[in-house]
Amino acid sequence: MSHFLFLLRTAYKDSRKNRSKLALFMSSIVLGVTALVAINSFNYNLRKEIDREAATLLGADLAASSNRPGEVEVMQILDSLPAEKARQMELMSMAYIPKTDETQFIRLKAIEGNFPFYGKIKTYPIEAAATFRSGQNALVDESLMIAQGLVTGDSIKVGKSMFEIVGKLSGSIGSTGAVSTVAPAIYINMASLDSTGLVQPGSLIEYAYFYRVAEDFDVDKWKSTRKKLFRSDNLRVETVQDRKQNLNQAFSFLNYFLNLVAIVALLLGCIGVASSVLIYVKSKTNSIALLRCLGMKPWDAFLVYFIQITLLGLIGVIAGAIIGALIQSILPLLLKDFLPVSVNMPLSPRAIIEGFVVGLSVTTLFSLLPLVTIRNISPLRTLRAAVDETAGKRDYLRYAILAAIFLVLTGFLWILTSSLVTALAFVAGIVVAYFLLSGFAYLTIKLLRKSIPTNAGFVLKQGLSNLFRPDNQTQTIMVTIGMGAAVLTTLIILQSILLNNVSLMDKGKQPNMILYGIESNQIDSLKDLTIAYKLPVIQQVPVVTMKIDGWKGKTKAQWLEDTTMNSKKWAVNREARVSYRDTISDDEKLISGTLSNYKGGTDSIFVSLGTTFAEALDVSLGDEIVFNVQGTRLVTYVGSMREIEFRNLSTRFFIIFPNGVLEKAPQFQVLVTKTPDNTTMSKYRSAVVKSFPNVSVIDLTTILQSVNDILNKVAFIIQFMALFSLLTGMIVLISSLMLSKYQRLKESILLRTIGATKSQIIRINATEYAFLGTLSAGTGVGIALITSFLITKFQLDLDYNISWLPVLGIMVGLILITVVVGMLNSRDVVNNPPLEVLRKENE
Amino acid sequence: MAAILTVENLSMEYASGNRQLSVLQSINISIEEGETVAITGPSGSGKTTLMGLCAALDNPTSGAITLFGNLVNPLSEDERAIMRNKNIGFIFQNFQLLPSLTAIENVMLPLELQGVKGAEKEAAALLDRVGLKDRMTHYPSQLSGGEQQRVALARAFINKPKLLFADEPTGNLDGDTGATVESLMFDLNRDFGTTLIIVTHNPELAAKTGRVIQLKSGLVVSDTINVSSTQSN
Repeated sequence: MSHFLFLLRTAYKDSRKNRSKLALFMSSIVLGVTALVAINSFNYNLRKEIDREAATLLGADLAASSNRPGEVEVMQILDSLPAEKARQMELMSMAYIPKTDETQFIRLKAIEGNFPFYGKIKTYPIEAAATFRSGQNALVDESLMIAQGLVTGDSIKVGKSMFEIVGKLSGSIGSTGAVSTVAPAIYINMASLDSTGLVQPGSLIEYAYFYRVAEDFDVDKWKSTRKKLFRSDNLRVETVQDRKQNLNQAFSFLNYFLNLVAIVALLLGCIGVASSVLIYVKSKTNSIALLRCLGMKPWDAFLVYFIQITLLGLIGVIAGAIIGALIQSILPLLLKDFLPVSVNMPLSPRAIIEGFVVGLSVTTLFSLLPLVTIRNISPLRTLRAAVDETAGKRDYLRYAILAAIFLVLTGFLWILTSSLVTALAFVAGIVVAYFLLSGFAYLTIKLLRKSIPTNAGFVLKQGLSNLFRPDNQTQTIMVTIGMGAAVLTTLIILQSILLNNVSLMDKGKQPNMILYGIESNQIDSLKDLTIAYKLPVIQQVPVVTMKIDGWKGKTKAQWLEDTTMNSKKWAVNREARVSYRDTISDDEKLISGTLSNYKGGTDSIFVSLGTTFAEALDVSLGDEIVFNVQGTRLVTYVGSMREIEFRNLSTRFFIIFPNGVLEKAPQFQVLVTKTPDNTTMSKYRSAVVKSFPNVSVIDLTTILQSVNDILNKVAFIIQFMALFSLLTGMIVLISSLMLSKYQRLKESILLRTIGATKSQIIRINATEYAFLGTLSAGTGVGIALITSFLITKFQLDLDYNISWLPVLGIMVGLILITVVVGMLNSRDVVNNPPLEVLRKENE
Repeated sequence: MAAILTVENLSMEYASGNRQLSVLQSINISIEEGETVAITGPSGSGKTTLMGLCAALDNPTSGAITLFGNLVNPLSEDERAIMRNKNIGFIFQNFQLLPSLTAIENVMLPLELQGVKGAEKEAAALLDRVGLKDRMTHYPSQLSGGEQQRVALARAFINKPKLLFADEPTGNLDGDTGATVESLMFDLNRDFGTTLIIVTHNPELAAKTGRVIQLKSGLVVSDTINVSSTQSN
């Protein structure tokens, strides 16, 4: 015990004059743990809030929804539920605002009954939540009211019918701010829906039925005994429990992203820990050698510094946990537009404990890597400056520590992501990036050594030679800066790819406006109107809705009983929107079969299927499919398969009938056009909504703007999160450069002593750091390009269009930071007399 | 008298690039208790290497070293550390004080390592003896070179070593300061009855010892008893 107390005392005494040297070490830990605690606190609180608010989000104990009215049989079962009932129909449409003479794409919700049963529709004035339920009254989304300068009492025209705005809607049930940016909601009562004329055969309507049961009624059990029946119809039946699960699933991406940021910040912090402890140990080598010479045992010498580092690490971890707990309260403010619930941010003990345990374990493990080398410091160093303690020795303890780091990181990631494969993949990714970076650094050093021209100037030769001279830090710096650059650039590239892909949809001759829900008797006048605005009619297609009754010789009911069925439910249950023509369109490619004409009478009907749909329904060429076209059974055969391109805005159909079969079936028309500019688009849209109120207009510019808005918000969040990584990266960068400082200091002093000018020293250092920065940032960006390409091609399935400017910005920024930090490190040598610098360093 | 240090057939080689560099070749020395010995020779003759090996700071390529009757070669690092701590004192050319410890803390260190209580009193007495009573709480950076070497002297003697190694103890000091440190070192050595081994270039300092071993290219070229010094010391 007294021996331990002696070690503790020695550790304290030894650290007295060196604590400032450990500032970098502390900053790395504080930042890493702060990120971890803040992000995980937010994650856990979000999950808790979703659990708590699930009933309010659903608004009922049970909700059933479908894109077509529920089948009588199913509705009878649902209505047998001993519950209070309500109903909602939701559709996208255009609204006309007389006050500004403008139109707006909106989400119309018609409600019948006391929905929501749980929670409230938030309105201003409060009583509007009741008054909109009768008469020609409407609640209008706050964002739309503000954008159009509307006030309570103004009018809004939806379809053919005019409504009085009785209140402002400041939050709809279960949707996020980002959704209302695309299409603001308008609530009306069900009785007034008919007057809009928007409910037509083929209209895209979402039907929802809500039920509130008695408190002691087990609705999940009730649902589970009828699951099969609900599954046979295209009806989503959801209870509060299901909603919880669905929401948690929906937010798993956000979770993954936040986890990724936290882990990257923590990892960079760990690299910072390892390199700052390495600097510390290097600066202490002489003291350690002397302690050893005076009779201190190797492990005792190790313990003196281990105690110092662990105690400071403990303080850093506690500080990080406290700051993280404070910062977590900012995250809900940043993310509020994307969350369906307002997240309260109480302290999350789990996140704090996790941050503490993980922070302390990884800090200890990463600092052990340089600390264990203390055991090998030879007492002979007291007599000689150059002693190579590592020659011919393998330190197996270091391998054991590396293995422990691997296990702890994988274990933590496993807990965080609940997937061992993801955890292993992530760790493997880091290992691959590490080897790529250090391999590239190794090759560069090799290449440089051979390729510096003998006739190069002194400054250039000296600057570049520093990169491969003994004790250079080229590899460490390249790995740390490169890792940071790779993570940041990948995030920024992916963001720009998403934006560019959306913007491309509007380029060239691509259509940018779709009008749908056009009745057959309106199409000619609408075409005339379009031509009057000098706009092209790019496509005019008829649409017939139908259901699938059976395929490959069995009815749908028989297939659903059949356990060997390979068909996907979405393909089986969907209400198919089908068109008819005898030709292939520009964005389709015939893969097999031919588009056969229908000759009438008893001639077989050959349909053409999109490959995705054919695969989902599990049918091939020649197979039979029976459709139910609003009561009439049509037996058809698969005549051809098409691959459909989904990159631009136009109509595309999984199922195409030949001409001559569906002409007389109830149908509506879709018209596709291209407007040259926003003014024409706005005027044309207003004219369409005024003359054809039942027609919905979707214009790409508005969607593009909304997507841009959303992506900009996402970008801001990404950048805020990346700030953690960036800050930690900076610490790591400073630590690494400090390491090289110790190597370069004496050399610079010697150069100064023998007469090198201030400018020569500056240029030598600038050359070294600029080269280091360029190499590291370049390699990091290279890794980011490969990673983002793989993600874009294989995960997002998008075109790889990069905005090079931000990528270039990161590169130049990192090079500048490297040079500036490097130069700041050597300012002492440049500005002070050589001996003064030496004295200061030896103190 | 019994031999305190015996070196038999001691050789040391280093790898220098692709070839082996022989620094010491078959050295045989025996030093008895109470002797004062100077090891001299030109730069690169192997003086410091020999001292490092004799003080159990390094391992030879071949040969045997016996310190205080114990063969050093098979000892573990911990056993060597304990041996140094209890029986050996060191004085270095560049003083080698711990910059983060005060003068008294530096002096106490060897005793503290042994777990001895009340080391402070002994350290204070030794610092008084070397004339640094008023400098006890100063850090090395606040002391002059001569004062630092006097602290190092006090530290070297605090564990009452049987054997003291001094590596160019006055090499970094001016003439007067060097002379003061020299005389303090010999005085303390006599008072504590320590065996003293000095590595030095300085013929005047060597002349003050009882025996001079001269090295050249890793070989002992002469080993002479200094009669006048033996008489004066």
